[in-house]
Amino acid sequence: MARQINIVCVSGARERLQMAAMIASVAAALGEEVTVFFSMNALQYFVKGNDAEAEAEGDFGRLMAKNPGVPSFRQLFQQAAEIGDAKLLPCSMAVDLLEIAEGDLDPAFGPPTGLTVFLGKSEGGDLLTF
Amino acid sequence: MSETKIVDARNTFCPGPLMELIQYMKRAEVGDTLELLSTDNGTVNDVPEWVNKVGHEMVSSEKIEEVWHIKVRKTK
Repeated sequence: MARQINIVCVSGARERLQMAAMIASVAAALGEEVTVFFSMNALQYFVKGNDAEAEAEGDFGRLMAKNPGVPSFRQLFQQAAEIGDAKLLPCSMAVDLLEIAEGDLDPAFGPPTGLTVFLGKSEGGDLLTF
Repeated sequence: MSETKIVDARNTFCPGPLMELIQYMKRAEVGDTLELLSTDNGTVNDVPEWVNKVGHEMVSSEKIEEVWHIKVRKTK
């Protein structure tokens, strides 16, 4: 049976988004059931038309930013959805506060989701927070 | 006729090479062999792990002049 891996992305820091996207894409490639819940400073990067670079929080993030061989976190999350059917869910509270309209998010994203639903669905699985 | 296709993922970092291999694998025919080129040293252990988990077949892996050549046959 597939392992259930639930990831919560809170930070807008490049290193944290990258690590979350790496885990999501590899776990999805291995056939695990992956759900990623985006809230707080993480969600803005997935609004259509926002191709801003995520700010590094340390030297490693700055090193990654300089190296074109590092896959982008946006691309890795999309691949997680494409190859392994990972669910990418925007937090409904963040969607409301950021005034994100329907259709404004990356098309790989699912519907705005509340914490109650997310916690219900993730019950019993692994939960990682970035 | 099965073919060998090259997947050139040199100079990309983890998990870039694995993701590229998977993208090509989706489009390949059963029986085709994909030869992944990677300069990421983790790839040599990570690819067999993925192949084993999803049920394709490892053909070979060798390092030639700092580049890993990893051959995988699509079995399903």
